[in-house]
Amino acid sequence: MTEPLLRMEHISKRFPGVMALSDVSFEVAPGEVHGLLGENGAGKSTLLKILSGAHQPDSGTITLGGQPVVLPTPLDAQRHGIVTIYQEFNLIPTMTVAENMFLGREPGRGGFISWKRMRDDTAEVLGRLGLDLDPMMPVSDLSVGEQQMIEIARALSMESRIIIMDEPTSALTETEVERLFRIVADLKKRGLSIIYVTHRLQEVMAICDRVTVLRDGALVGSGKVGELGINDFIRMMVGRSAAQLFTRLGDHREPGPVVLTVSGLWRERDPTNPHATLLKDISLEVRAGEILGLAGLMGAGRTEVARCIFGADAHSRGRIEIGGLAVGIRSPADAIRHGIGLVPEDRKQQALFLDLAVRHNLAISSLKGLAWGRWFVNEAAETELVERYRRALDIRMASPDTQIADLSGGNQQKVVLARWLALRPRLLIVDEPTRGIDVAAKAEVHQQLDAMARAGIAVIAISSELPEVLAISDRIVTMREGRITGGMPRDRATEEALMHLMTIDPATALPAASEAQP
Amino acid sequence: MSEAVLPRKQDPARSGRASIIPLLSRHAPALCLVLLMVVFSILEPAFLSPLNLFNVMRQISIEGLIAIGMTFVILTAGIDLSVGSLVALAGLVAAMIAKGSTASSFSLSAGEAAGYGWYAAMFGAMSVGLFGGFLQGFAITRLKVPPFVVTLGGLSVFRGLALMISAAGPISGFDASYRWWGQGRVGSVPVPVIIFLTIAAVAFVVLRYTRYGRQVYAVGGNREAARLSGVNVRGVLLSVYMIIGFLAGLAGFILSARLNSSEAVAGMGYELNVIAAVVIGGTSLFGGVGTIFGTVIGSVLIGVLINGLVLMNVNSYVQQIVIGLILIAVVAFDQFAKSRRLK
Repeated sequence: MTEPLLRMEHISKRFPGVMALSDVSFEVAPGEVHGLLGENGAGKSTLLKILSGAHQPDSGTITLGGQPVVLPTPLDAQRHGIVTIYQEFNLIPTMTVAENMFLGREPGRGGFISWKRMRDDTAEVLGRLGLDLDPMMPVSDLSVGEQQMIEIARALSMESRIIIMDEPTSALTETEVERLFRIVADLKKRGLSIIYVTHRLQEVMAICDRVTVLRDGALVGSGKVGELGINDFIRMMVGRSAAQLFTRLGDHREPGPVVLTVSGLWRERDPTNPHATLLKDISLEVRAGEILGLAGLMGAGRTEVARCIFGADAHSRGRIEIGGLAVGIRSPADAIRHGIGLVPEDRKQQALFLDLAVRHNLAISSLKGLAWGRWFVNEAAETELVERYRRALDIRMASPDTQIADLSGGNQQKVVLARWLALRPRLLIVDEPTRGIDVAAKAEVHQQLDAMARAGIAVIAISSELPEVLAISDRIVTMREGRITGGMPRDRATEEALMHLMTIDPATALPAASEAQP
Repeated sequence: MSEAVLPRKQDPARSGRASIIPLLSRHAPALCLVLLMVVFSILEPAFLSPLNLFNVMRQISIEGLIAIGMTFVILTAGIDLSVGSLVALAGLVAAMIAKGSTASSFSLSAGEAAGYGWYAAMFGAMSVGLFGGFLQGFAITRLKVPPFVVTLGGLSVFRGLALMISAAGPISGFDASYRWWGQGRVGSVPVPVIIFLTIAAVAFVVLRYTRYGRQVYAVGGNREAARLSGVNVRGVLLSVYMIIGFLAGLAGFILSARLNSSEAVAGMGYELNVIAAVVIGGTSLFGGVGTIFGTVIGSVLIGVLINGLVLMNVNSYVQQIVIGLILIAVVAFDQFAKSRRLK
């Protein structure tokens, strides 16, 4: 192998409460397409943010072309020729292609922009990529694929040496993906190096030269594509570490009658939320007293399924039945009336009122039951409710009037769980129920979910952590790119089998999955 | 279990600061008010006379009434700039009802001298306010126009309507029962002050003790979380604009009674003092944080400030400058406290 262009050595990074990277080393050769793989939370993003100057490592060195470099800001990384193309583009939609391309470094003199030069230079770079686009067109008129090409063109125009592509194909059509691959091959010929992050292992096989796999913030290994195959990558990506060992719960639960049936659910493109995954023909059912695990990588559509069932987002087609009766759910309030609760993915943004007290956070959905007369809140009953759940869920707080912002993440999550339990739901959907909380609190949340199922509640548990899904679910359904790709009872499920279903094209997935089952 | 009850305790330096700043920001309005009163009473002994203090209260009661409505609006992270115009429009409608057809080309009653009584006038003014608020709330919740834009438009529309229907000029000269609502006293307490404090007490109870009040805070604190908790977010938003409209209508009637006259240019610039009172009283423009008690303190503080400056013969233009600067300073402090909290 030639002398590497980039060498990151012994990189470690700690965030409050979590070791994001520990002693990771990573090399990229010139003219190489290097795949970076790992589950959600494996440390890919942190590593790339360090490389692009957005984060500083706690320890470790970065060498670029034989020279040690420090990258205190994203601008420094750009000056060294390291450019990142993010999943969510950094283009300004109201500006033209040319303006976006030269944003912050417009050609010209004395503060005045030379529009002619900007236009000509843009046309030249677009030509190199074989793109037939008008430099004066506003970016908002371009398709998602074209916008991505503009990002790549911008990277090219910056004379970059390393281009980082973070999930570049997640929003592209098939033809756009083909065009991207042609461009990547072309960039490679020019001697540029590309770090390619993806969940799609078939793409890795198609365009990467080498692959590095991370897991739980540590390096698992790297190797040449060809010497290693898809099954090797999956084996490297999964596997438990000590921190993720969860106690297996719920062995003697007895699933009852079907509570929720979803059939043929579709979600079309929504202009107000273009990054949400589209859902295609989702069908599933959940029984009382059962925990259904919904597994999938980021962008697979798990959260979108939850939000459509709960009425938080609109679905375009499909039938939702509760207890065998078709229901029309058009808002969360409708869903709540039908006995559905949702613990959303992002606790701070979607569940908590950080300025308010624990009591207000816990009781917000059940005020009707706590009314005194028609309008007044019966604060004594409210206090009693809070006390009941404080004991039942072991919520650590000074008093019901403590601000929720003063609780730890785990206790905040218990308050959100209590909010729904107080309504006695028939179906509770929990989306990443243990995200951002410590290990002990995770185990407590798992026990609570188990207890809920035993009490006869139907539970859908969404999680990015396969060990978690395996520990708490009775049955697991996998998703990929807005479709359901398979399902299996827990006893037959392994991390590898699930990862297959989560990463590989549904058409080819089934044989691979059955092969993984004994 | 490794989790502490109060995780902030792990960092003594920060928790020290974190406990002082919220404490300061919670009691800052009251502290400022006391400080201001002490300063003025030293500089100008007449300030503390009961007559003067009742004057201050009477002066703030009309804008204070609107400030109570504005508290609901700002708690939902909204704003209403149209209140001054709505005051003028409602005052004119009240005057026309009270005066009958002498007022203008509007012919609301058969007999020339025989308009309707004060109750009809008051009802008319409140209805106009409520309906104006409803229209604005509708535009905000259904047409999805930002509150700033809707109520800026409303400011212009309501003022234009007021000018249009009062083409004949100011309408003056009401009977005693009408004027009592602005000029009368119960004992030695001016009627507008009683109305202001009564409405403040009702609003306090609503925000503090009712389901609806909880929902107002929830919508302002985190709109998405409120929606996902089953709160009817649009209904709550619509209602707060109707509340402030209603109170602006009532304020328009009382103003007209106090001045014994309604004119189209009444209530100009009210939005500044009203928003300033709410914000100085500790209600966050970002929503979710604030109290009626704070708004009352903020209203009194502005009243005391203006009154003190007048007693000290300070130019009235300077008053405006002072209020504007205080408003900016208070929000700057709010931002500062917020950034501390998030760290």
